[in-house]
Parts: sequence; C-alpha cells; structure tokens
Amino acid sequence: MEDILSSIDGFKRWLKGRTGSLADAARFLTDRISSIDADVRAFARIDAERIARRASGLEKAGKKGRLYGVPVAIKDNICAKGELTTCASRILEGFRPPYSAAVVEKLSAEGALLIGGANMDEFAFGSSCETSCYGPTRNPWDTSRIPGGSSGGSAAAVASGEVTAALGSDTGGSIRQPAAMCGVVGFKPTYGRVSRYGLIAFASSLDQIGPITRNVADCAAILEVISGYDNRDSTSVNMEVPRYTESLSEETGGLTIGIPGEYFRAGIAEGVRSRIDEAIKVFRDLGARTVDISLPHTKYAVSCYYIIAPAEASSNLARYDGVHYGYRSPGPGGLEELYTASRNAGLGEEAKRRILLGTYSLSSGYYEAYYLKAQKVRTRIADDFREAFKACDCILTPTSPTTAFKIGERVDDPLTMYLSDIFTIPANLAGLPAISVPCGPGENGLPVGLQLMAAPFNEETLIRAASAFERNTEHHKLRPEGL
Amino acid sequence: MENTGRKKVITEDDVRYVARLSRLRLDEKDVTMFRGQLSAILEYIEQLNEVDTEGVPPTSHVLSSMKNVFREDEPGVSLSPEEALSNAPEKKDGFFKVPRIIKEA
Repeated sequence: MEDILSSIDGFKRWLKGRTGSLADAARFLTDRISSIDADVRAFARIDAERIARRASGLEKAGKKGRLYGVPVAIKDNICAKGELTTCASRILEGFRPPYSAAVVEKLSAEGALLIGGANMDEFAFGSSCETSCYGPTRNPWDTSRIPGGSSGGSAAAVASGEVTAALGSDTGGSIRQPAAMCGVVGFKPTYGRVSRYGLIAFASSLDQIGPITRNVADCAAILEVISGYDNRDSTSVNMEVPRYTESLSEETGGLTIGIPGEYFRAGIAEGVRSRIDEAIKVFRDLGARTVDISLPHTKYAVSCYYIIAPAEASSNLARYDGVHYGYRSPGPGGLEELYTASRNAGLGEEAKRRILLGTYSLSSGYYEAYYLKAQKVRTRIADDFREAFKACDCILTPTSPTTAFKIGERVDDPLTMYLSDIFTIPANLAGLPAISVPCGPGENGLPVGLQLMAAPFNEETLIRAASAFERNTEHHKLRPEGL
Repeated sequence: MENTGRKKVITEDDVRYVARLSRLRLDEKDVTMFRGQLSAILEYIEQLNEVDTEGVPPTSHVLSSMKNVFREDEPGVSLSPEEALSNAPEKKDGFFKVPRIIKEA
C-alpha cells in the first residue's frame, strides 16, 4: 500500500494532488484503515460515515488550518462531543461525552480530521493493549506480538500507516513504550503543559496527553498545537508555548547528554543494549558531550508508581457506579447492589486488580506505610533528576528493556508486566518531558526506542536532540513488511 | 523506617474487605488469584522501606511552583441538565434514577 501518510507534509501533498471533496478523501482513508486493520486492530471502531461528515464540516468551514484534513487517531480515553468514548471498558459502554477535550478542540480548530476509538488497555491499565474489552491490538511489525501499551492502538495506527499522527496518554510510559515497540516517535510533555480537560482520568498526578507520529517534525507540529494553558484543568501551567518546530533544525553541538548508570545495569535485552550504545555514538559524532550521571533512586520507581497510580485510579474509578453513565446491571436489588453488580460486570480483571491494590494502600492503617511513603520516595526520585540536570541538558536511556513481547506472554504475571515500564515511569513521577525515537531493529528485527528526558518545560531540548538524531540516521524510515 | 525483612502478605479476608470497600464482588476463585498476585506485588513494593525518607516532604504535585489554584466565583456556561443526563442509563423528571432507597411506610 502506498505510504501516503508518512508525514504531515507528505499527506498535504497527496491531498493537494487529489480531485474531489475532503469527504471523498476521508472515505478513501477509512477504507484503507479498515483494510489494514483487519490484521492490526488498532481501532475499537471506525464509523466511516461520521468521519466523512466531519470532513465535510471541515471543508465547509473554509479556513484551512495547519493540520487541514490530516488524519489523527484519538485514544479511546479522550472525549469528543457526541462520539463514543469508552476507555476500552465495558463500564463506559455507549458513553457519548457531552463535551470535547481541550486537545480535541485545538486539533479541530487547525482542521485535523479526528479518528476516534484508538484501542488501548482498559482505562490505560496495561503495557500491552491486552486488557482492552475489545481484544488486543497487534504489532504491525509482527502480528503475533503486542504493540505496547497502553496507547497501543494509537502507536499501531501510526506505524501501520493508517493515520499520520495520533494522540495517546502517558501515565507511566503509555505513549513512549508503544511508540518504541512500534518503531515510531512518542512524546510525553511536561506535567501541566497540555490540558487534560476531557481526558478520562487514570492517575491525576501523573497523566499527560501527547503525540505519536512517524517523525520528529510532525511530533513538534502536533505538540505546538495541543500545548497551552487551560483554566478548565487546574494542573495546567500558564506559560507561553514555544515554537517547537523552530527547534527542529538546530544542531546538537554543545549539548551535554547524561547517561545514567542505573538504567544500564541489568535486564536489558542485548539487541536493545547494542542499539542504544550505537545511538550514544551517533550523538558523540554530532558533537554532543556525554557524561555519566547517577539517578540512585531509579530502582524504587516501579514500587513508588504502583502505590501512587493504583491509589489515584481507585479513587478516580469510584465514579463508575451504573447511575450516571455507561453500563448498568439490569439485576434486581437496592442501590448498593446496583453499584456492585454494575462495577463487577463492567470492569475487567486488571481494573479490578488496580482498584483493589489502590484501595488497600489507601485504607485505614496502611495509608502512611504505603501512599505517604511512596509520595516521599517520589520526592527523592524527582530530586535525583534535579541534581542530574545540573550536569547535563538531557538524559539518554532505552525506552523499554525489551522489544515487543508475544501476545499472552505476560498476562498471567502482573508484576512482570508492571516491570516492563521500568525506564518510562521515572519521568512521570518527576513530571518531566520525555520522547521516544526509533533507533534501529533489535531482536527479530523488532523496533527499539531511544528515550530522552529533559528538565520540566525543556521540550525544545528534546525536539532539538531527537531531530538531529533522526536527520543523521535512517531508522525512522524502516517500515513493517507488507505495509 | 528500617526494613525488617518481614513479609507483609495480604490475606484472603483482606482481599474480601477491600473488595467490599471498592464495591466489587469476587468469587472464591478470584479471591485466591488476587490474594496471590497482590501479595507478590506488595512484597516487591516493600523495598520502599529501604529508602530513608526522614524529613523528606511528600510530593503530591511535581511542580513545586504550583500552589492552590483559585478562580473568581463567577457563574459561567455549563452543561444543560439535558446534556448532563444524556448518558444516564435511567432518568426521570430531570434526575438520575436509582432503585428506591427509602422504604414505604
């Protein structure tokens, strides 16, 4: 299939060369998605008629924004007014939000053709897209493997050329890890940079929305559109949004890159390790200086996260009660029974596991030993980074210790599944911006991702470094076979 | 806090208690499964006790510059009652409908 969606500019050229309406182009695109998605299953649903109507609306509006017509997949936990949005959970069956997320408004204002329903782990609880009530999305590089998660549908849709870009959400790596495993670019902005208004909450002190794209330039372009202050999200930060696209052509000379020993000790697959070593060499050849740094509390990040995230999730998911929206158990009984029966039938196993874990750690007698302790360890982890950024501009690590694993391989072992986010979780705990970019094939020819992290609101440093790396390597041009 | 090497293992009764607090009902098979899995996770998490957090303030918001966020108490545009109720599984006369909770006299 022709790779018309390899970049925003490439798509615009393709669109310009076409005759006919934008609705016709939309139908062509949704047909194409349906055909590719027979194998990949990146979307929970594709409503071609609604998408065509949206395209007609964009055309009639007359104003051609920066993303006019560009197909952008939206993760199933980001609300668009009147569009089914379910977090890949039965408990939100039939939910059509009465309002749109801030990011949806912003992309729509620039003319993007939004394609909702990108598959995900239920409520973003997972690292493999296997906890979706719709079944797993498949990795376009090898359909017997997971695409990563939780934004696995978003990453697979971009990697397979179904859309030009996608939005995901990242609470512990849910944008970067699937981007790495699908061989595309994923960006988690600084906590507070992008409004979460309309993002269905998972863990409110960690969640952040960001782009998944085929290249760094498109990543910068989408980031520029979705960033900015919004008084409807009280964690949104009122700071001017830089022109991220202006950082694309800057060179990396003068940049100091920190290499944290703790991320390179054990447990990294050999194929990942060698690609990361080569990437470090690329940066050195480009004139960047590398320094060894230490982030001594790294080994506690997963523990800290699996107290904080489930605790906040158990609280956020208390609202699903069968009364206000979504699934309601038809059984007899009183109000308590209605709550319990609806939640029991509507929530999947991983959601229940996290609710139980979170409720346990917040329950009387355990709060101080778990939640409060984890919040203090979180301070130590953030302090490690503050100290490290005195000596470097950004930090380079693998995004994930392994390439994509097989579907089913880790579903019965939650702890092993949780540990697959070991390199991405620290940036969420410290609120840092972080990017994953492709850095070549690892074992079995599967993609490996390189992660760069920077101090809060230094998104430009990441764009600059990632763009220079991409300009001087060919990794982002590799495509899954048969697509 | 010192790590005493003590294994804090969650019991089946703990799982049932927490399930009740969470408004979840587990069958016995689930209780056994979750007890095993949660124990493994909590044992792993015990390593947090190795970290000296004496005098360390807890982080609830990562950007220390962010304090309380207030706005003026002014009425603005919000959802209409119809919109707010548009997803309700059951509604009546502009309200969410639930099973009767007050017994008839």
